[in-house]
Amino acid sequence: MYVTLRGTPGKGSTTTDSGPGRSIRKRVPGAVLGLGFVSLLTDISSESVAAVLPLYITVVIGMGPLAYGFVDGIYQGVSALVRIAGGWWADSSDRPKWVAAVGYGLSALSRFVLLITQGFWFITSTIAADRIGKGLRTGPRDALIATASDPDHLGRNFGVHRAMDTTGALIGPLLAFAVLAMFPFGIGGYQTVFVFSAAFAVMGVAVLVLAVPDLRRRSRDAKDAGADGAAEPVAPPRKLRLADLRQPGLRRLLIAAGLLSVVTVGDGFLYLALQDGGQISAQYFPLLFVGTNAAYLGLAIPLGKLADRIGRGKVFIAGHVLLLASYALAASHFGGLGGAVATLLLLGTFYAATDGVLAALASREVPEAARATGISAAQTVVALARFASSILFGLVWQVSDRSVALLVMGVGMVITVPIAGWLLRIARPASAAVTQ
Amino acid sequence: MTVRVRLVVLAVVFVLAIGAAVGYLIYAKAQTANEAAAAPAVPETSDVAAILAENHVVFRSSALGDSYGKLATVALADPGGPRAVLGSSCERVYATWTNGVCITAERGIAAKYGVQMLDAQLQPTLSTALTGLPSRARISADGSMVATTTFVTGHSYAASTFSTATVLQRADGTVIGNLEDFATTVDGKPFTTVDRNFWGVTFVDDDTFYATAFSVSAAKTWLVKGSIAKKTMTSLRSDAECPSVSPDRTRVAFKIRQGAAAPGQWHLAVMDLTTGKQTVLAETRSVDDQVEWLDNDHILYALPRTGADATVSDIWSVPADGTGTPAVFIPQASSPAVVQR
Repeated sequence: MYVTLRGTPGKGSTTTDSGPGRSIRKRVPGAVLGLGFVSLLTDISSESVAAVLPLYITVVIGMGPLAYGFVDGIYQGVSALVRIAGGWWADSSDRPKWVAAVGYGLSALSRFVLLITQGFWFITSTIAADRIGKGLRTGPRDALIATASDPDHLGRNFGVHRAMDTTGALIGPLLAFAVLAMFPFGIGGYQTVFVFSAAFAVMGVAVLVLAVPDLRRRSRDAKDAGADGAAEPVAPPRKLRLADLRQPGLRRLLIAAGLLSVVTVGDGFLYLALQDGGQISAQYFPLLFVGTNAAYLGLAIPLGKLADRIGRGKVFIAGHVLLLASYALAASHFGGLGGAVATLLLLGTFYAATDGVLAALASREVPEAARATGISAAQTVVALARFASSILFGLVWQVSDRSVALLVMGVGMVITVPIAGWLLRIARPASAAVTQ
Repeated sequence: MTVRVRLVVLAVVFVLAIGAAVGYLIYAKAQTANEAAAAPAVPETSDVAAILAENHVVFRSSALGDSYGKLATVALADPGGPRAVLGSSCERVYATWTNGVCITAERGIAAKYGVQMLDAQLQPTLSTALTGLPSRARISADGSMVATTTFVTGHSYAASTFSTATVLQRADGTVIGNLEDFATTVDGKPFTTVDRNFWGVTFVDDDTFYATAFSVSAAKTWLVKGSIAKKTMTSLRSDAECPSVSPDRTRVAFKIRQGAAAPGQWHLAVMDLTTGKQTVLAETRSVDDQVEWLDNDHILYALPRTGADATVSDIWSVPADGTGTPAVFIPQASSPAVVQR
């Protein structure tokens, strides 16, 4: 038997988190920093390739992006399914680190294949392998972060991880274009980008294998038991059960996150709305992504901390309210360039308030034995709901116009936020829930 | 493994990985320089006016070296002979006796794409911004209408899919419209699906044109015939991309998927516009290009070389009646536009 604390963190935690020990507890665990570093290196690897791949495929392979785009869309669906499988595998084996290592390893391997092949199927296969690797590793990795973290600092620790991850996503394209700029012509520039990408991927896997502790449920339980002053760690290995996922709290979180995501406009559309409104000229389009990521990077940690203090559900909901504000700005194209910048900052703040916080929320709604599965379930629901939302939004945009489409999503958000708020509130009784 | 050993191993992995990457960078730089030096020199001439005065081909040079990606032209009578290289860098070019169009791309984090209109001497006159990767460019024979297609990533219903933007404009830069806004009929029904895309325009005259229509969800392409004045398009057949009208306007050449092994593979075919009869051409390699007619009996298209030479392409020619074998027409070149009387 072990104790799961649900509810506003900071109130009556079961761990020794008050008194003199608190300052030590407040430090970010080494495992979280290690995983953050793994993600930073891996994102440099994947984003540097992603930045040049459209060029490589059209200019070097001489292929229209048509076929590539079509196949790529199918693989997105594969990634969502694999994600659940990765969570389940991590939970049932109780070896999340090694399941994550398989995922990171698969992506690293795909970089090497990219180096030696040029055929269409090889390129799409490497993209597929990369996506499958990403799907596999996300759940176990987030479960490791949760296991390594004190419950009171879950939000902050996920924020630290996401900030490091985003740093990698910002460095990757810069590195790629810096390398490409050194080669005025020829295939050498692209291959050098792939070599750098493979090097960073290998470094990421090395940090995971060598520097991230192999955290397992038993050891964590033993540590807690020790901290509580119990004589001997007696927690028996516990198998994952389907019942572990039938938690009312998880169900409510999944419904709330799914509903909110259906009325969430994809960033691509929001960028287009800004461009459509004439606030940003076409050539700066790729920079919009940088602006959003910069806000995400800067706010991931503060908002994670805020979530730990005032409640993760509240910050999660507040993030969606800010997204609503960004729709209003984009639809009215109020404030010209300043309004566009504000829209990007709001969008980045939305990600900072929701992405890591969702993983933190999900990790507390299931027994520890089902943690990776619970987190990946929440992320999959969000991914699928956003996919549905993008189709819906595209439809409305086509039959009416940009402002109407944003208005429809905005009204949807206004209706959904109170419902989601209610769902998350009742999922948050103040007392600790005890699960076997 | 102790912590110390782990850290040492980690440091070794980092040093090896970064060392290998930097080493490869230095090697690849040297290799690229060698290739450029070793590449068979393409003869060049500075007398642009002499070439432009006679029948000629305007194209994009892919010769490794200073002229890579530059606008160039060569005499139609001597396509392998000396070429004149101009100042503009183009991804895609097209030209007539009176003007030309060059789709430009400045790479980088914030890549800039644009349409550069060229005068009869192929000098830039007017530039406008474009969104997306350059894909196709065509001008009507009289020089009055210009069509450009770009691939727009991010303009999508799912984060990773693509979309095209095909824009018609007059030679003076006045935009007529995006083909998505034309009233289109496919197989007798209005074509209003959200995921519709259009690309690869070819002009019959200053009003009539052919193009490709595509629905992502149906995963199907159609050859459509359109009118600029009426802003309408109607489908003629399915499975035909990037059409190109023959000089005598009796046939259309295009790429077909039929029998292709994988997505991203196409064969070239020619259809008779009166009988509808389709002839598959003798080129067996996959071609992803909007072909250009050399004369009423031959077509031209670009093919990239394989392996380390993949950024170099050649312009090939093949008979338009399904006979013969493909032959290189202009080496180290792509995006041909034949300008002849």
